[in-house]
This record gives sequence, structure tokens and C-alpha cells, in this order.
Amino acid sequence: MSDSSKKTGDDTPSDETRARLERMHRQFADSVPHNNALGIELLELRDGEADMRMPWAPHLVGNPDTGVLHGGVITALLDACCGAAVFQSLREPKPIATLDLRIDYMKPARPRAEVHAHAKVTKVTRNVAFVRAAAHHGDPEDPVATATASFMLGTSSGPPPEHK
Amino acid sequence: MSNLVADIVARAHAGDYDALVEAVPYAKWLGLHYAESEGQLIGTMAYADHLIGNPLLPAIHGGTLGALLESTAIFEILWRHKSALPPKTINVTIEYLRSARPVDTFAAATITKAGRRVVAVRAEAWQDDRNRPVALASARFLVMAKER
Repeated sequence: MSDSSKKTGDDTPSDETRARLERMHRQFADSVPHNNALGIELLELRDGEADMRMPWAPHLVGNPDTGVLHGGVITALLDACCGAAVFQSLREPKPIATLDLRIDYMKPARPRAEVHAHAKVTKVTRNVAFVRAAAHHGDPEDPVATATASFMLGTSSGPPPEHK
Repeated sequence: MSNLVADIVARAHAGDYDALVEAVPYAKWLGLHYAESEGQLIGTMAYADHLIGNPLLPAIHGGTLGALLESTAIFEILWRHKSALPPKTINVTIEYLRSARPVDTFAAATITKAGRRVVAVRAEAWQDDRNRPVALASARFLVMAKER
């Protein structure tokens, strides 16, 4: 979180490269139609971490009696936040794909309250990145749900070779 | 406590799944539809542009596949289990196998263990070929046979 006082060696990108990458990452995150449809907003994106917020909206409700958000909405938010953190952690942009995502639901989201998500990349290898995330109402230590995910790096950017 | 939910759960038990989708705003917004086919409950997520997660491929957002799988698992429990309350998701693990193309996606779920308090479910989602699933889920739900 604090200033990057401990640089990670000689291959640390210059400030200019950093700024350019951040702009690109933001553009990427902002161009996902489903994230926009959910109202997901990117707050922070740096050092393999991502913070997002998603306002409460009537069409995202899962329980009509209580107004609590649908679990699937939390899944989508956590998937998006994990993906953004992984993408940001790459030294050069390449396509990524979620391999798997496990979500533990700790408690129902508070009705009519916006949800925040925080994701942190735990490890990036040549082919795979590992990430953890939490959805919360302002206190990451008191999560609504937590997630563990792995992502494949450098997937093909065209359509799959054969569909059928 | 929850009259609306109790009512739609009762209608789901009677086979009126659209009443359930209608009552759950997010399920309706995702374009979900449920119907019985050969003794199985099949969910359909009708393709819409707002489901896209990767505009370059293009591919449907993994989160919506997760939502489809989770919803289908819940509907399966309501259908088979006749529980008075909707099941609560404890956890769900989603495996993504292929990128989901911008077409309709289908899903079906199987109850692998029905305990008194916890039900374990596996679900699969596919597009044009059921033998080539785009995503799988394994999930556990808290169910209560009676009102608390």
C-alpha cells in the first residue's frame, strides 16, 4: 500500500511505463460490457492489487423480500476484481482466462448497500496466476464473501480453433 | 417471515419456475428460463450483449456462468427437495473449461449428497454440445427442512 520503498530489482518499469500500463489496464477494465452492466467501478489498480465498488441496484437483487444481492452478482464482482488484479500484475499485456474460482459466502450482503471488492495476486508464474479476493461493505476484515482463483496467462486471443 | 419468497417457492414446487425467475430480479435480468426435459430441470441463459465479459473474443463473462450454475443448483434443490426456504449457498467452486461464445447457454444440476442440513450439488453449463461443457460447478448449500 505505502510507497514502493522496496523496489523489486533492476527490471522495475519506469514511471512513464507504469503510467501507460495503468491507463491501459483501466481502459481494459472499463471496456467489459458485463462489468458496466453491473455498475462496477474500478477504484484502485496497482502492485497486483485491485479495488472495485458496485452500487446496489434493484435488478441485482436475489431475494425480493429482503433486497439482498444475488450470490451470482458477488461472483461476477469477485471474478472481475481478481481478473483486473491479475491483468495488472503482468509485465506485458496478454489475454487471461479464469481457470477456476471458489467463493465462500460468509454472510448475506447488506440490503441496499454498495459492495466493495479487493483482490490481491499471490503468485504469478510463467503460465498461471493465483489470486485471493474479498467482497465487503467497507471493512475487508469483515467480508461478505471471499474468493480464491487461478488464471491462465497468455490464452489465444482469437476464437477457439474448432467449436464443434 | 418471508411471504413473497414462501409463495414463489410453493409455486416452484408446483412446477411454475417462471414465477421464481420473475420474482428474482437478477435471474430475470440474466435472461434465465427453466423447463423440465426428460426428467431433468434445464436452465437456459438467453444470450444478450450485456453478458459479455471479453469483447475481443467475444466471450460471455465468467461471473454470469457462475450465476447460471448457482441458480440452476438452487432450482434443482427447490425442485427435488421441496424445502420450505430457499437454500443458502455456503460455497461454490467454478471450473472454467472453454470460453463461452455469444450464444444461449444451458445448465443442469445433480444433487450428489442430500444431508439434513447441507446439500451438495454439481452443475454443468454448455452451449451447442452438452458433451463439451463450458463450465462446471460444485457447490454446497445450507437447507432447513422446516421454518426456523
